[in-house]
Amino acid sequence: MSKDSIIDLKDARFRWPGRASFALSVPEFLVEKGQSVLLLGESGSGKSTLLSMICGTILADSGSVSVNGTDLKTLSGWSRDRFRAEQIGVIFQQFNLLPFGSVTDNILLPLKFAPSRRKRCHNPSRQAAELCQALGLPEGIASSKAANLSVGQQQRVAVARALIGAPPILIADEPTSSLDELAQSNFLDLMFHQVAAQETTLIMVSHDPRLADRFDRTVHMNDIATIQRQAS
Amino acid sequence: MILRLAFGSLLARALTVGMTILAIALSVALFLGVEKIRTGAKASFADTISGTDLIVGARSGSVQLLLYSVFRIGNATNNVTWESYQDLANRPELEWIVPISLGDSHRQFRVMGTSAAFFEHYKYRQGRSLEFGIGVVMDDLFDTVIGHDVAQTLGYNVDDPIVVAHGLASFAKHKDQPFRVSGILEKTGTPVDRTVIVSMQAIEAIHVDWQSGAKTPGKSTPIDAIRQMDLTPKAVTAALVGVKSPLKTFSLQRAINEYPEEPLLAILPGVALQELWGIVGIAETALLAVSMMVVVTALIGMMATIFSSLNERRREMAIFRAMGASPIAILGLLILEATLTAAAGAVLGLGLLYVGLFIAQPLIDSAFGLYLPIEAPATRELLVLVAVIFAGAIVSMVPALRAYRLSLADGMMVRS
Repeated sequence: MSKDSIIDLKDARFRWPGRASFALSVPEFLVEKGQSVLLLGESGSGKSTLLSMICGTILADSGSVSVNGTDLKTLSGWSRDRFRAEQIGVIFQQFNLLPFGSVTDNILLPLKFAPSRRKRCHNPSRQAAELCQALGLPEGIASSKAANLSVGQQQRVAVARALIGAPPILIADEPTSSLDELAQSNFLDLMFHQVAAQETTLIMVSHDPRLADRFDRTVHMNDIATIQRQAS
Repeated sequence: MILRLAFGSLLARALTVGMTILAIALSVALFLGVEKIRTGAKASFADTISGTDLIVGARSGSVQLLLYSVFRIGNATNNVTWESYQDLANRPELEWIVPISLGDSHRQFRVMGTSAAFFEHYKYRQGRSLEFGIGVVMDDLFDTVIGHDVAQTLGYNVDDPIVVAHGLASFAKHKDQPFRVSGILEKTGTPVDRTVIVSMQAIEAIHVDWQSGAKTPGKSTPIDAIRQMDLTPKAVTAALVGVKSPLKTFSLQRAINEYPEEPLLAILPGVALQELWGIVGIAETALLAVSMMVVVTALIGMMATIFSSLNERRREMAIFRAMGASPIAILGLLILEATLTAAAGAVLGLGLLYVGLFIAQPLIDSAFGLYLPIEAPATRELLVLVAVIFAGAIVSMVPALRAYRLSLADGMMVRS
């Protein structure tokens, strides 16, 4: 394991249980600290499985998955959840927010599960407001209900939530797929600006190769992983 | 904040959650209401008579004797002769004795002949004495004291004349001898409220011209003549007895039950009340069981609601998971929500109970003579509420465990 790689998978294999058996094996996947990586792949190429393995919601059956120097295997289930909260901010494709919560509640939610991240931001509500402002969200949005926001606004709130307390890693799973082209580029500008400011390592999944210019590195799922399907 | 989000999540599903809360509230109100009526009925039952050591009547069953002598339900099969009564009254163990003579009625209310000692010795609700709302104890032969309900129902006031009918629901009236209301008693919540009280002599007086239940034709003794007559009763229906020392109670009871001249029965009111409650109590237990089942049904309804909401909430669970919430936290969140729901239901149910009590209390009081006190919830009732909330938490474990398994299997990458 090289010293400055923050994510390090070696011979990691995972097989989903159940009838539609689907197994993913990743011989090697390294991401350096502070790098931004675009992960390209069709649907069904194992992107979600790979991200779940990095996030520690699923545990590799064999091989090793190390995140920021910690082998996830060595952590208990509860510690992995805590570890994820501390180390990784997550943005989904859509429906990122709890619709009944306020914008502030949504942004501060990960801090509930990550005491160190909470300690890192001295005044969480203020940092939430600053992030909102930096991400171009209208003023006074903090107390609105998440359900009342436009999709674009919701995605930006999701960025604020993923970045609050400056976790070392940001994982974004096709965050722009629900946005139109203009909003997409606008969104990426804002996200990259914040990622650069916090020196966050970024892994973003997409199926749009045109985005590659913005990233330090582009990786195709087919190049790093093999998939086995078994019809049972 | 987690609590606020749980609230928010509940609010977002306000309609279904509201229905669930309402169902729990109604069931809790029903359960507490039944419990309230049960304890109220039992207390008012046991409070009907106190301070009396023995009730004596002609030999029948103890429950029957209690029913007709105290509750004025049913009729005596036989009377006790005046001689036996005198014998009894002269016994040294006796502190006091009050005769009771039943058999006549006024409108729908029973008429009871007794002595002035009745007002002194009849006690209810742990030793409370009868009190006069207005007027005084009967003074004249044709005076009567009426219970609170009698006065209320028939609109009587002091000095109003009333006519007593022979027997119950009878057309034969003792028209020649109208009575005058001399006093009206305060409400007691006992059968006394529905009783017209006259003296023993008055009972004799109105039967002067009567032979075996029918008026002797053509015979009408003038009132002045009746007043001159010897109106010593020929018989009493029952007698209330107080003994000098509680230790003597059993030996006196035994002596009366073995009285050689006439078959008599002496009962301990407390024991007979217990016996009677034992009969009534079965229905009451059944009622309690049914209302408990209603609570269980409401809780199962809540469980079903949580189950059906799980699918639409998978996304919510995934967000919590991605933010670092462990599956245990998801489990806890669902249980917390269910507990909040059950708690809201329990509190609302308590509120409904009090609203219901405020509305129903006077109605129940006047219709059944059952007084349900409106007071702060007793420890027992609070325990019921806690039990309902606790049961809600337990019941929600089933869907919560399913959510736990789902969130383990889904990880955080649900696509919905």
